[in-house]
Amino acid sequence: MTTRPITEDDLHGFVDQRLEPKRVAEVQAYVAEHPEIAARINGYVRQRDVLRAALAPVAEEPLPSQLDLVRMTAIQRRPRGVPWWASAAAAVALILVGGAGGWSLKSMSQRPTEGVASLAREAADSYAVYAPDHIRPIELRASDRAELVAWVSQRLGRPVAVPDLSASGYRFMGGRLVATAHGPAVLYMYDDDHGTRLVMLARPMATEKNAAMSPLTQGAVNGFAWADRGIGYSLVGSPPAEAVHPIADEARRQIAHDA
Amino acid sequence: MSDMASLIEPIIPALRRHARGLVRDRSTADDLVQDCLELAIARWHQRRVDGNPRAWVFAIFHNLFRTRLRRMARRPLHVAIEDTDEAALAVDAPQDQQVHYREVLDALARLPEEHRSVLLLVTVEDLSYAETAKVLDVPIGTVMSRLSRARDSLAKEMSGEARPDAAHPQLRRVK
Repeated sequence: MTTRPITEDDLHGFVDQRLEPKRVAEVQAYVAEHPEIAARINGYVRQRDVLRAALAPVAEEPLPSQLDLVRMTAIQRRPRGVPWWASAAAAVALILVGGAGGWSLKSMSQRPTEGVASLAREAADSYAVYAPDHIRPIELRASDRAELVAWVSQRLGRPVAVPDLSASGYRFMGGRLVATAHGPAVLYMYDDDHGTRLVMLARPMATEKNAAMSPLTQGAVNGFAWADRGIGYSLVGSPPAEAVHPIADEARRQIAHDA
Repeated sequence: MSDMASLIEPIIPALRRHARGLVRDRSTADDLVQDCLELAIARWHQRRVDGNPRAWVFAIFHNLFRTRLRRMARRPLHVAIEDTDEAALAVDAPQDQQVHYREVLDALARLPEEHRSVLLLVTVEDLSYAETAKVLDVPIGTVMSRLSRARDSLAKEMSGEARPDAAHPQLRRVK
């Protein structure tokens, strides 16, 4: 009977007790004939034991109250991105809209239909739909960025770069296409360490092809919109406007710089 | 909710141990664990129901940890990893053992982050090689080569073979 040659991986698997019993016996036989390998393996085992012993007391310590899950879930009963009252307000608004019937159409018609103000509304609407979604907030993840950018470029007829907001603590999650009255728009979503989400919506502009940054507040959503060489951008989220403003500035700076 | 608590709560002590092995300083480590738990709660619905919650939580932790390291490298606001308060190191053991434990943790802190992470996940947290690969989002072959290099460098650091260099002026033998 011939045995497969012993590999480095086998030696580590032996130390970590991850091998099949048959392979363990083979490694043991090999080690018995190679004292220098045996010494190495014993060293690794000692290392492992010392590391475990040195860190073991940490797992025995009583948990500090900041890490008490019961307390944490009580504070964070809802995802931080959307406070409970915002959802409640949205529900009330829906009932009112439904109940008011024709009145809602009247009020809808007063919404801006052109320019960056309209774009900002679309961003806030998309935020309200997708940001609280915990099942599929985005269509393509950050890991599929190339595919996402290609898709967006094809549908919008122009590429839309993904701003890097990590300096503000927001990671790119991914994105999707959304429908607007002005055709397809791209939605990029970001989140921070607390699960707070931001959304950037972008689409080609028919009017106001270049526009200075203007603020928007819609319910609990704050944001800013601007246009740069024919593409309109709006960055919105639940943090206060003062917090969103510098992030929007950063996104605008990167986009202006990229193009 | 209770389902979440019953799956996540038993992981917390191990998560703290892991964090402490990586960053040494108790409050920095616990803050990191807290942020990780908050994210895990917020993303609980996104996890795969058939997946292993332990590997899932550790993966969230490592994502956070890497983001923090990058941010700290850009503007070092907080405690640098190796420059921590010795008193924050809680090691409950006889005096000579304690010195030995401190030495091994000092030596560990001098390894590159990737090596430290693999070594701790495999040896202290007992994650399988496949789970470790998933947590760190690298191929399993990378886990094996990092593990091998981590063990060799730690052995060298411990035996005092490693040469002091300018990047680690605090490299010294305490005997």
